[in-house]
Amino acid sequence: MGTPSSVPVPAGVAPGGLFASPGVRHAAAALGAFALLALVGSFAPKWLTFLLTMAAGNGLVSLGIVGLMRGGVVPFGQGMVFAIGGYAAALIYNRLGFTDAIGLALAGGIAAVLIAAPFAPLLSRYRGIFFAMLTLALSMVTYGLLMKLETFGGSDGFNLGRPTLLGQKLPDDRVGFILFLVTVGFAVVMAALARIYFDSTRGLVTLATRENELRVEYLGGSVRQAMAINFVLAAFCGGLGGALVVMALGHIEPTFSFWTTSGEFVFVAILAGWHSVVAVFVASTVLEVVRSFSSSYFPNTWQLALGVFLLLVIRFLPKGIGSLWHRERR
Amino acid sequence: MTPPLLEARGLNKRFGAVVAAADLQVDLAAGERVSLIGSNGAGKTTLVNMITGYLKPDEGQILLEGRDITPLAPRAITRLGVARSFQIPQLCGDLTVLDNMLVANACHDPGLSFWKPARRAETIARAEALLERFRLQEHRHRRGAELPGGVRKLLDIAMALSAEPRLLLLDEPTSGVAAEEKFPMMDTIMGGLADAHMTVLFVEHDMDIVERYASRVIAFYAGRIIADGAPGEALASADVRRYVTGELIAE
Repeated sequence: MGTPSSVPVPAGVAPGGLFASPGVRHAAAALGAFALLALVGSFAPKWLTFLLTMAAGNGLVSLGIVGLMRGGVVPFGQGMVFAIGGYAAALIYNRLGFTDAIGLALAGGIAAVLIAAPFAPLLSRYRGIFFAMLTLALSMVTYGLLMKLETFGGSDGFNLGRPTLLGQKLPDDRVGFILFLVTVGFAVVMAALARIYFDSTRGLVTLATRENELRVEYLGGSVRQAMAINFVLAAFCGGLGGALVVMALGHIEPTFSFWTTSGEFVFVAILAGWHSVVAVFVASTVLEVVRSFSSSYFPNTWQLALGVFLLLVIRFLPKGIGSLWHRERR
Repeated sequence: MTPPLLEARGLNKRFGAVVAAADLQVDLAAGERVSLIGSNGAGKTTLVNMITGYLKPDEGQILLEGRDITPLAPRAITRLGVARSFQIPQLCGDLTVLDNMLVANACHDPGLSFWKPARRAETIARAEALLERFRLQEHRHRRGAELPGGVRKLLDIAMALSAEPRLLLLDEPTSGVAAEEKFPMMDTIMGGLADAHMTVLFVEHDMDIVERYASRVIAFYAGRIIADGAPGEALASADVRRYVTGELIAE
């Protein structure tokens, strides 16, 4: 353990060359991951590409939660931003006639940020159970409003038609695969950006906030600013995920904002841990697999299977599945 | 005449019936090494907490180079050049020593970034330089929670120093350190404070340490200053001998 003392090589910085920059390395990794997943998706059966699409979309929401967990708080209301993103995409599609998948996804993220951002200064004051309950309250208020407001379809919600991509209509036999590519594309981009952010100076201050808020303040850092920024970034991830999932499902309803939906996102984040962004999407895929197979073969007990799985992870991998391959930086 | 670096004017602070500070008037000049002495509850740490913004005085003002810092938040005061270490070292226990120093660098970086890596050549070099000044290099990859007490103290001080403050406040830097290690530790601390113009205020209970490292001593009792002067002069005063060192109790 320990690096040569003469010329310390910073962790994550190669001696030189094309991949000297961490940003370039993350971009290359994202491109490689996208290419690999695209290859897998091109040969996979439709049910699998749909499962992976849902895993990637939902994984984005959990990615935002991981960003908050790195600062020491766990939100139990990301269903709110998930629903806002989904409803924004669906409403823009139906009411404004804008149908581009990429545009709708970004609109979902932006809408979630616009609605969540005013709450950031308030939420940044709270920790622990108070933060969790406040976010839960926001999501349930959102759920209640969505249930009541007929203009948003009430308890039934409403459908979303087939999106287009860059002005092109999606062919019947490839719509699932193309939505898979769009969703996975956003997922790898956001994963790379998240990794860059987590490794940045702001990302390190977030980790320090989790460890010792007092020290951060007495070093000149702002804990509340860090928490507020992470909350807004998590909102963008959640809204983006919501819009992508709505496009894959073709339907939006108030249960997107229900507390059990929020709970699943937290489950994935805990399962993944906060060390690895790849682990978030692996964990999200695990949840989708368990949900799909359990629903088919053990329709009344899939939550039991999930719960047992979570207990095993907490007991044997308390830092999440990401700790299996994450190495401490030297 | 050079204006004082820090002026405390008429500071009063009460916690219910307890008088923690009573009409404190303190001027600190650049480059001074000032020791605050007094029994527990005398008001030493209260003054430190008021200077650093952790506590707000009930009355009075604190001026840093003429600027009123009394209402400012701790991080704003830090950014003006005031840093502190803590009696119980405040570290990020799950991060390595090197990462703790990188956190310190990042916190006072005006260009805090969403994408610039925290661990890059220039930040690591700067962190390593401070670790070397405090003889902490061998611990660089150890987690904060694993460190022995004296090393934790040194790291806490090194982190405070990363902001290159004009005024450094050390709250009992040798408390919890074994007696035979106190002097070497103070030698390391004072050696690490390379900037001769940095004003250092340290709270201390060991009078041998005070005599050796302080250029000025301010003694407290019941929230009031009972002596203020060179170590030889202050420590010889009757009030200090009675209320701080206890030498006059038997007489």
